[in-house]
Amino acid sequence: MSHEKFEMVVGLEVHVQLKTRTKAFCGCSTDFGAQPNVNTCPVCLALPGALPVLNEQAVELATRAALGLGANLNSISIFARKNYFYPDLPKGYQISQFDYPLATGGWVTIGQFADGQPIRIGITRVHMEEDAGKSIHDRYTGASAIDLNRAGVPLIEIVSEPDIRTSEGAGSYLRTLRQILLYLGVSDVSMEEGSLRVDANVSARPYGETKLGTKTEVKNMNSFSAVEKALEFEFARQCEMLSRGEAVHQQTMLWDSARGEARPSRTKEGSHDYRYFPEPDLRPLILSAEWLQRMKDDLPELPEARRSRFAEEYKLGSYDIETLTVLPELADYFESAAREANDPKAAANWVLGEVMAGLNARGCAVDAFPVRPTDLAQLIRMIQSGHISHSAGKRVFAVMLETGKLPAQVAAEEGLLQVGDDDALVQWIDEVLAENPAEAARFAGGEKKLQGVLVGLVMKKSKGRADPKRVNQLLASRAGS
Amino acid sequence: MSELNELSSTEIAQRVTDGQLAAADVVAAAFKRADAVIAGHEGLNIILHCDREMSRKAAEETATRIATAEPPGLLSGVPVVIKDNIATFGLPTTCGSRILDGYVSPYEATAITRMRAQGAIVIAKTNMDEFAMGSSTENSAYGPARNPHDPARVPGGSSGGSAACVAAGIAPVGFGSETGGSVRQPAAFCGVVGVKPTYGRVSRFGLVAFASSLDQIGVFGRTVNDAARGLESIAGVDPYDSTTSDAPVPEYALATTHLADRPPADKKRRKNPGTRELSPKDPMDLKGVVFGWPKEYFPDNLDRGIRSLCERARDRLISLGATFRDVSLPHTSLAIPVYYIVAPAEASSNLARFDGVRYGLRATSDFGLRGMYEDTRSEGFGPEVTRRILLGTYVLSAGYYDAYYRKAQMVRTLIAQDFNTVFNSGVHLLLTPTTPTTAFEIGAISDPYEMYLSDIFTATANLSGVPAMSLPIGRVNKLPVGGQIIAPHFGEEEMFRAAFALEQALGLEAHS
Amino acid sequence: MSVTLKDVQHIAELARLSIGEEEAAGLMGQLNDILSHMDALSAVNTEGVTPASGVGAGGTPLRPDSGRPVPLQNPISSFAPEFRDGFFLVPRLATHETAEGGA
Repeated sequence: MSHEKFEMVVGLEVHVQLKTRTKAFCGCSTDFGAQPNVNTCPVCLALPGALPVLNEQAVELATRAALGLGANLNSISIFARKNYFYPDLPKGYQISQFDYPLATGGWVTIGQFADGQPIRIGITRVHMEEDAGKSIHDRYTGASAIDLNRAGVPLIEIVSEPDIRTSEGAGSYLRTLRQILLYLGVSDVSMEEGSLRVDANVSARPYGETKLGTKTEVKNMNSFSAVEKALEFEFARQCEMLSRGEAVHQQTMLWDSARGEARPSRTKEGSHDYRYFPEPDLRPLILSAEWLQRMKDDLPELPEARRSRFAEEYKLGSYDIETLTVLPELADYFESAAREANDPKAAANWVLGEVMAGLNARGCAVDAFPVRPTDLAQLIRMIQSGHISHSAGKRVFAVMLETGKLPAQVAAEEGLLQVGDDDALVQWIDEVLAENPAEAARFAGGEKKLQGVLVGLVMKKSKGRADPKRVNQLLASRAGS
Repeated sequence: MSELNELSSTEIAQRVTDGQLAAADVVAAAFKRADAVIAGHEGLNIILHCDREMSRKAAEETATRIATAEPPGLLSGVPVVIKDNIATFGLPTTCGSRILDGYVSPYEATAITRMRAQGAIVIAKTNMDEFAMGSSTENSAYGPARNPHDPARVPGGSSGGSAACVAAGIAPVGFGSETGGSVRQPAAFCGVVGVKPTYGRVSRFGLVAFASSLDQIGVFGRTVNDAARGLESIAGVDPYDSTTSDAPVPEYALATTHLADRPPADKKRRKNPGTRELSPKDPMDLKGVVFGWPKEYFPDNLDRGIRSLCERARDRLISLGATFRDVSLPHTSLAIPVYYIVAPAEASSNLARFDGVRYGLRATSDFGLRGMYEDTRSEGFGPEVTRRILLGTYVLSAGYYDAYYRKAQMVRTLIAQDFNTVFNSGVHLLLTPTTPTTAFEIGAISDPYEMYLSDIFTATANLSGVPAMSLPIGRVNKLPVGGQIIAPHFGEEEMFRAAFALEQALGLEAHS
Repeated sequence: MSVTLKDVQHIAELARLSIGEEEAAGLMGQLNDILSHMDALSAVNTEGVTPASGVGAGGTPLRPDSGRPVPLQNPISSFAPEFRDGFFLVPRLATHETAEGGA
């Protein structure tokens, strides 16, 4: 096979559902999982005479997403109708944006070249549009069932430049994009639930060639790894064709995950004539400079910035940072624990250890984790101040996780609070010395290395509650010289 | 025709409010008149749906509501007729099309909700050209409507049914829709007043779309005051229509009332929030009002009778103090080409929702979904609608968009600029004929483009969004002729005042 | 520019209208006749002219992300041609064709 002669060229079109309460152009709920066609009204059923009115929050989330990708927001953007017939498209057109999109430009950094230069994937445009409903083909014989609950849910489409050169690069782009959108809080970005969908434009060209080859569009991938596999498959197919001297036809390919192959879709090419024209039911979307500035000012910290800040502010290693910042909620969790405990190192260790283990074991979201960052910070402070030992701390955490109780309460109930009171300590020491006369005598005779053994015995006698630091001090004062 | 059929909307509302007249009696008289009109002419075919019992109940409910209402409704107890492309509860909304045969809207148009809140009683849905595409009401799937002045002739269109109902004395106020002249042209043909408000003045929510950037609900009245009252009752911003304007709604009804007949200032009356103070000037006093006489609307081949009636109207206006100035709107002749690109383009998209999936007609087909779509739409749409969908699809399709659609929208800008230029030069209003001809005979025009030319004097106002109205200014060969007054954006009050003054000055001449 | 028979078939397909051959020929003639009157536009100098939108001045108004939809007075089943278990039913897509659009 001579794939080595060819370079993969990929651009991705990513559709993202925005997290609004109501649909883009009507007051219907965006909840999914409702009974079919329950979340519908004259507008999203496209009843005769109904008209769209744009959702403010959809504009805000779309703007935030575009800003987060470094795109230039257009102060005037225009909605357009994309006309085509399909039973889950009630109006016979989709309200989208065409020659005046919400934003243009921007990029996503997916790594570094060997020379340290960032690998950036350019963003062509970000525009707003509405989702279609769902067609279910396998429920009734001879009929397709249409559910319009999803029709009219706000989407953004993020179109990348054809800057991606490998399937792994496509995966990195998607994972990075997903993380940015998560940080921005604009979407659930779940491919499994359909709140993020990816179409890929793929072409192949000989290395050194600067012109783009004929592309095909690959659709129907349901995970990031499926995107990677589909790209590999389609690239290989094109390479083989080109090697044989055949021409690649511009067409739509559908990825079949089960078979691991992409097949041409039956849709006739040439029937794609969407007859875009400005949507006359909506005036242009005008964003004022002041509003845009406010949106910029309110933008949350993005993953890249957060990672560099964590390195600088908390002096953490890059692997730890990478893990802590995967999810914005986890990074938030860590930060508030670190700040309250005033001990980033300890907080990082706890979060990367016990907290992540607990999250994984329970499969729960960070926000629903029973041990809140404040509680963890308290626990860390108790260890710092010697109220409990580090090993007791782990037991306390385990109980907190089970019961949701506060660390002080758990430590007290479990009898894990350290005893630093000299009277009690002296009593335990006396008892240990009395029970071990030989060692006591040697210690008194100046054999200092026995101190460790004696401390261990005191700890054992106290069931771990004795403050080892103070025990050491008290024993030291009795050592012979 | 009983005395009740001759009452104006103002008189009905006044008497119903004062308890001198039962709304139910007015409604009963309206139905009686409708029966007589229909019986008398073997069916003018102007009404598509009505429900006597429902209207009677509505009248009774209105009566009890009014007894306690303060201020009283503008249309208390007034029977109104509605073009069949405006969504109403209780009566079908078919748009004169087979594809919506029997369809009853599960929601109601904002304009209908508003007029009901003002006490109006919807008594009928009226015949129309299918999806408002036509100038004669011959393109209805339910058969052509006829002109009450001469049943062999068309009532005009597309709102021909509503215009004819008002002309026939069934209701003093009717509602239609305008896209290129569909209220003003039938008003002229039927000898009634017809108003196309400024684009954005009235909500389109619930008006079945033909061409969204041109459509506007319009009003018919037997008199200028009836039409003004009708418009006042439905105008204003609507959160369900993104293209409505929040400009305050003036008191059009009072603006078209003689000073002596206006209620005393202390009497409570309806006021919109932010209403502009009504001009205290006598509406009959037109001193200082400058009219433009646009030469493009008076071509050499204009019907002599129509021209001379326009000149008589001009003389009457001058005698009331107005002055006239010759003006030019140089892009007027391009209005029809522009209109017949923009309107079909938007229509081709607006009518895509009629696909047999969710409501309306569904044809059975052996060829799957594609066959169902094609058979439904081909069986459901009549020839004119089919023609315009194809035309609109063509001008938007790849390779033709720039040459047709985009070019037309640029020329549309020039047409709008013509009006701006004239209205910014000290001219307040324009006087023109509404139509180049009087009502023609049913079947007389078979060439589509010749029919399109019926809108030659009206489409300009739709393309530029300015308000315009037609009022009766006399007759030629016993057939009504309409004079058109065009005003700047949101200049309805001045337009109504001038129309009222002209109507009063013409008196019986308007109908002779 | 003139409309060909192939154009008529193509736009009829785009518009989901089934048009017989004879009808197509008639429509081709009518469309060409109508469009011939549109040629007047090409003579107009529109350099630098912004295409009209016709929908009034200012930006589109925005709706708060709350509130309720306009309610349906009659249920969907009262107007839907075929409605079962809460779904609209349509003839099954012949070849499992995909949407031409791409949401």
